[in-house]
Amino acid sequence: MLLQQLINGFTLGFIYALIALGYTMVYGIVRLINFAHGDMLMIGAYTGYFILNALGATPSSLVLSLVVSMMVCAVIGVALERICYKPLRTAPRINILIVAIGASLVIENGGRILPFMGPNPRQYPQLAGSVNQLDVMGQQVIISQQDIIVIVVSIVMMAGLGYIVKFTKIGKAMRAVSHDTRAASLMGINVDRIISFTFAIGSAMAAVAGVLFASKYPQVQTYMGILPGLKAFVAAVLGGIGSIPGAMIGGIILGITEILSKAYISSKMADAVVFGILVLILMVRPTGIMGKSLKEKV
Amino acid sequence: MRNSKRISLLLIMLLIIAMTLSACGGTNTIKIGMVMPITGQVATYGVQSVNAAKMFVKELNAAGGINGKQIELVVEDDEATPAKTTNAFKKLVSSDKVVALVGALTSKCSLAITGEAQQKKIVMISPSSTNDTVTSAGNFIFRACYNDSFQGQVVAQYAFETLKGKNAAILFDNANDYSKGLTQNFKDKFLALGGTIVAEESYATGDTDFNAQLTKIAATKPDVLFLPDYYSTISVISKQVRALGITVPMLGADGWDEITNNAGDEVIDCYYSNHYAPDANDPEVKKFVEAYKAAYNGETPNALAALAYDSMNILCDAIAKAGTDPDKLQAAMMETNKKFVTGNVKFNDLRNPVKSAVMLKIVKGADGKLTTEYSGTVNP
Repeated sequence: MLLQQLINGFTLGFIYALIALGYTMVYGIVRLINFAHGDMLMIGAYTGYFILNALGATPSSLVLSLVVSMMVCAVIGVALERICYKPLRTAPRINILIVAIGASLVIENGGRILPFMGPNPRQYPQLAGSVNQLDVMGQQVIISQQDIIVIVVSIVMMAGLGYIVKFTKIGKAMRAVSHDTRAASLMGINVDRIISFTFAIGSAMAAVAGVLFASKYPQVQTYMGILPGLKAFVAAVLGGIGSIPGAMIGGIILGITEILSKAYISSKMADAVVFGILVLILMVRPTGIMGKSLKEKV
Repeated sequence: MRNSKRISLLLIMLLIIAMTLSACGGTNTIKIGMVMPITGQVATYGVQSVNAAKMFVKELNAAGGINGKQIELVVEDDEATPAKTTNAFKKLVSSDKVVALVGALTSKCSLAITGEAQQKKIVMISPSSTNDTVTSAGNFIFRACYNDSFQGQVVAQYAFETLKGKNAAILFDNANDYSKGLTQNFKDKFLALGGTIVAEESYATGDTDFNAQLTKIAATKPDVLFLPDYYSTISVISKQVRALGITVPMLGADGWDEITNNAGDEVIDCYYSNHYAPDANDPEVKKFVEAYKAAYNGETPNALAALAYDSMNILCDAIAKAGTDPDKLQAAMMETNKKFVTGNVKFNDLRNPVKSAVMLKIVKGADGKLTTEYSGTVNP
């Protein structure tokens, strides 16, 4: 049973990690907690919903829905940054934070009045999946097709992101902007372009997370991004906000602790336990597990 | 300059007087408030309930209204959240000045306003809030449905006697009065019958991952799984139940109504208790179902629609007898004793009607879509 619960925890953790990556990247570059990030997840899930509904739930339409929802969310993410955040870039940080919360509320409540989204939860089309039973050391372990898709796609996305940030020119520029925006712009880096690119990538990650989330928990509604968004934000802080490996580790730790505390402590107490652990970790390491101390930023 | 200010002031005053007069002019109608979740997690219930209530008002007004006065229904959306219900209630009472209220639909929303309705002497009838404590706020609070202590017992009895289940597992929403009340009543009855509760797990409203709880439940090998929640959550839970290899029948209560339009094959051969069966051979049911289908594009009304229709009927009967004075209206409500769509209604001391429940089984219909099949009646 422990093994089964660990698998449950890993799958959940990978989804948290994917969402947390978007939070942490945007924070790393513009020092902004993008509260509308959870709503990008929702938009991604809805895009996937329309495609899967129109084409039928087959593996190829799932791949197509992932690609299209990434593009849709990337465009919306960049537009969001241009319209809402860019004019406030020099304003006090609290103002831009409030704008982010406002943008989030506008998106999720705006979706409720759009006729093609609407306020009612809808069933998400699922692949005609098989349930795989494995025997591991004499124990019956069940992995559903959705779990495998979640884990494989997440690993591919994270590897891709790692490659972009570490080994490409634009990734190098992103790291430079993150390190020191003004110095980077003095070195001839187009900071606006890098920020747009960051929002595009972060939103695309949210779109993938949205499609995966909805195919694992098959329901879409406009408020669906709030709770996973909040948990992923916690994961990002836990891992050290601004750090990409931190977001992955934070997400997985959060997923596993949540499942294990539901399984072995009490399902009523799960959230209290999870957030209690968060407080403890932040007391010992205020910048999160992988976070750098803030001194060098000043 | 000064003159124009005076003129505008005069105009504003005239406007205010005109508005007050027009508000007073509407004494030829009786306003009834309705608070329903038209959007959100249980929107299908709210929309159908409002449809049914509007249909009733139309029928009544076409037949001349109540003593020559027309009925006006003022509907507010509560989104199935208690805070929004309180706001809607305040608006209906202080701004629309309704004489009575039909609502809310979910127990938690009804509980948010019963105290104030009692205090302000607004006769309130909830069509479908089954939690036991809903009518405890005082003598002005009624309901048109049976309550959870009865419903929980019905499901427990059905699980033990008809399905021959000896070990039951429960997964419930720890933040929902409806779900908690049903869990307690199911448990008490199932234990009293000699069964065992092998697992009792909970989650929070809005959770989407139930794998941890279900993995625990699977290890206890239950004969039946009781899931007391609303259809939108059940459709997410039931997929995870089957994905983890739990194949036993799932049982639910009236919150499962509409599950057939919101879930897949995983809920076939599951059972739930309900207020009426639309295919029942009963003149009131037939008349209601036909009228509803004719008015709303052939859609079959769910149990909540039938209850909303009955609530309006009970309330308007009482207004016809006693007028709109709160105390007289309350007394007239207590005298209700008539057969309605969902059965005979006669209120007991706690203003709960004593009625029977039906058990429905989910099956695959001839057209390949999920549908329900009448599977027995349990009398109180």
